[in-house]
Amino acid sequence: MDDAAEVPEIRQPTGSRLARFLDSDLWASFRRSKTAMAAFVATVLMFALAFAAPWIVPQNPYDPAQLDLLNSNLPPIWKAEGQAPFLLGTDDQGRDVLSAVLYGLRLSLIVGMLGVLVSGTLGIGLGLVAGYVGGLLDTIIMRVADVQLTFPAILIALVVDGVAKASFGGALDTNATILLIVVSIGLSFWVQYARTVRSSVMVERGKDYVQAARLIGLSTPVIMVRHVLPNVTGPVFVIATINLALAIITEATLSFLGTGLPETMPSLGTLIRIGNKFLFSGEWWVVAFPGIALAGLVIAINLLGDWLRDALNPKLQ
Amino acid sequence: MLAFLIRRLAQAFVVLGVVGLIAFAMFRFAGDPVNQIVGPDTPVSERAAIRKSLGLDDPMLVQFGRYAGNVLRGDFGISYQFRQPVTALLAERIPATLELAFCATLFALGVGILMGVYCALKRDTVLAKLFQAVSLIGVSLPTFLIGILLIFLFSVTLGWLPSYGRGDTVRIGGWTTGFLTVSGLKALILPSVTLGLYQMTLIMRLVRAEMLEVLRTDYIRFARARGLTTRAIHFGHALKNTLVPVITIAGLQLGSVIAFSIITETVFQWPGMGLLFVQAVQNVDIPIMSAYLLLVAAIFVTINLVVDLLYTVVDPRLRTSVGRAA
Amino acid sequence: MSDTVLSVRDLRVVFETRRGTLTAIDGVSFDIARGEILGVVGESGAGKSVTGSAVIGLIDPPGRIAGGEIRLRGERIDNLTPEKMRRVRGRRIGMIFQDPLTSLDPLYRVGEQIVETIRTHTDLSAKAARARAIDLLTEVGIPAPERRIDGYPHEFSGGMRQRVVIALALAAEPELIIADEPTTALDVSVQAQVITLLKRLCRERGTAVMLVTHDMGVIAEAADRVAVMYSGRVAEIGPVESVVRAPHHPYARGLMGAIPTLSDTAERLTQIPGAMPRLTAIPPGCAFNPRCPNVFGRCRAERPEPLPVDRTRVACHLYDERGEAA
Repeated sequence: MDDAAEVPEIRQPTGSRLARFLDSDLWASFRRSKTAMAAFVATVLMFALAFAAPWIVPQNPYDPAQLDLLNSNLPPIWKAEGQAPFLLGTDDQGRDVLSAVLYGLRLSLIVGMLGVLVSGTLGIGLGLVAGYVGGLLDTIIMRVADVQLTFPAILIALVVDGVAKASFGGALDTNATILLIVVSIGLSFWVQYARTVRSSVMVERGKDYVQAARLIGLSTPVIMVRHVLPNVTGPVFVIATINLALAIITEATLSFLGTGLPETMPSLGTLIRIGNKFLFSGEWWVVAFPGIALAGLVIAINLLGDWLRDALNPKLQ
Repeated sequence: MLAFLIRRLAQAFVVLGVVGLIAFAMFRFAGDPVNQIVGPDTPVSERAAIRKSLGLDDPMLVQFGRYAGNVLRGDFGISYQFRQPVTALLAERIPATLELAFCATLFALGVGILMGVYCALKRDTVLAKLFQAVSLIGVSLPTFLIGILLIFLFSVTLGWLPSYGRGDTVRIGGWTTGFLTVSGLKALILPSVTLGLYQMTLIMRLVRAEMLEVLRTDYIRFARARGLTTRAIHFGHALKNTLVPVITIAGLQLGSVIAFSIITETVFQWPGMGLLFVQAVQNVDIPIMSAYLLLVAAIFVTINLVVDLLYTVVDPRLRTSVGRAA
Repeated sequence: MSDTVLSVRDLRVVFETRRGTLTAIDGVSFDIARGEILGVVGESGAGKSVTGSAVIGLIDPPGRIAGGEIRLRGERIDNLTPEKMRRVRGRRIGMIFQDPLTSLDPLYRVGEQIVETIRTHTDLSAKAARARAIDLLTEVGIPAPERRIDGYPHEFSGGMRQRVVIALALAAEPELIIADEPTTALDVSVQAQVITLLKRLCRERGTAVMLVTHDMGVIAEAADRVAVMYSGRVAEIGPVESVVRAPHHPYARGLMGAIPTLSDTAERLTQIPGAMPRLTAIPPGCAFNPRCPNVFGRCRAERPEPLPVDRTRVACHLYDERGEAA
């Protein structure tokens, strides 16, 4: 399977990257899967809407000066009392739900991606070191990983969050809060990367080309990064995709539990937390739209991840 | 057998030791414990005296030893927010969490195995495909969103089930139970489904994949060649072999159900340990956080041990090979 | 002909695939008499095992029987309902699979599996069935059967397990046994024991046996008659001494030339050039024509029908009309 993928690369060194990609099995499998295409389109659409939010929505929900209590508790536009330009209605502060959802979506995506970046870097680094160096260091890293797997990620994130707040005092500004959440997510999700990378490294380490690289005098870190790492990109990419969904859920959960992003700078989780209070008073739209946005985002990314896993490794079911 | 058991016990103690160390570090270093006791304008000399009386100047090893000793005696310190012993606070809330986790696991196992078997035996039917699609959504959606959705459907719109709390409970000794009253049982339904849904979809997918695998094995083919009835083949042979690995996973899931109940308890304002823990995180109540962490680790490790033992009972191959190794 | 147990006529088995219908078995005919062992030989993929599966009704979708007849004691069994066919399996036709290590359900005691088979097909009480199971184990040569009956499969060695599998196949005293590569997975030293056992049991009980194997040594040792299969067709069928000593079909000659014998060690082993065609690319005419040393024009155009030559039947144009080699 690997050989088949590599042959065209050797034969046509002049072909562009795009041409090679269009020729690949991955692309063929993508074209065959309607689910994958739909999920991809949905994901791209949500990314685009989220990052174009400042130019397409009527309000900046983070700017208290733009909120007007006179516009509070308006239902969506298709209801009798609905008012332009508030397409999806407003909450009790006069905050436009559509604006808040798109800004929240953007925040969720940023935090999620940063979280994946941190956990990926941490996990890949530790996995490389554990697999390549071995010995006591390997034992320690993998033991810590085992113990950590005992707990669900959300519990770890909550503990990291709580400890950090205790250590730095309660008064954290918004940027520090975002950073804290990113770090919490990073510390919660590194284990899977580390395990995957470590086992691949253990396999690759014995192979001829690594031995050859060592013989021509390349240093250990260079061998690891240049020669071993490219061989684990497939599985790592799959983990990262699925992890993005998990990271977004974790951020949303933290915010929902009230230990994440504050109400002055709401993410989707915070919006759901706010909207949950209005569930019984009939203002369902305040919670429904952030909920739908979150669910749609996570399901789309998960579907992509599922397809990617099957496409890159047909042997895994 | 005995050697195996001792090895597993040793591993369990290592895990507990590491978690204990983390809990101690949190307890000792996250914020200054003295600040939690004194006011902002307490003079430095008095603070020093308190430090000394609390033993905070002793060598670390001594402090950890003292902490471990206290924990083993069931003393987790005083909650910062409630000014009460953490042990009493937790003890009061354990029944709520355990009853919830029990019902959620029952739901996850019962429905998950049923749906998984159905999907494996009738893999090409519309219903099986529907189950598969729904399971993907179940795995994807955040727990709190499912909880809110269920509340919206069954509490707000239909008004059938309560949206928060445990309903009426009955106290038996130190244990409060919701199993003995109608309102208590009704209050259990939504939180249990919310909490168990994720595990249910996992178990369903696992059972399906595992059973499809088993149905392809030689001994199932041989069982068919022996002319056994379809019923005997599917439920006597295939299902039994399917459930061996499922037991392990399901057992381990029970541990995470307890930890995951943090979210469900918050959504439904369920007065259990999870809700207490979330409040502790919000209010930076370190003693409760560290105690909860240790408790969850202890429960998890115990479940692990029980599952290992159960596994050897169910699988004869393991039983004898373990026996021989001993 | 009253002694004929199994009669297969013009059997055709096809597999529906995305790329079209593949014919795995094409016009296979043979009989097996009471107490007779028919060896079926050929390369992997020649259709030996599929023929066995077709007889016992275990062809799974996407495969199906597309033509011909299978008669057991004159009664058609290829068109029975699934439930009626199930009653034939195990009761009237027993089957032995290649790998004894995976043929037995690992979670049940050996005795439980034998008793289950007996009670599925007879009205014996649990106690009587157990007594019969012990008799069977004794008969297949398992030492201390009263004790071993309560052992699990993994506690038996490979050869002992294959004896258990044979006991299971014999449990309901079937008229026909299909043994699909019964010795391939066993050590060489154990192979002979298992073949001797199989031979003895069939002689004693008068059971007909279809012995599927690619091992000519096993055929020469055990079979009364032999059918040589190639690309889903019978190339030559006849008494074992004729086919092995003086094969007619060029493929059979090549196959026999590939067996080392003690008498003529000096002679080099011949090898048939090329490989058997895939099911997707069976050539027109005689399937063997691309590899045949004696190929001529007619072989590429017209499919040869099996015709009597000496004591055997041969499907080859070389023997057409003249009745002897050209």
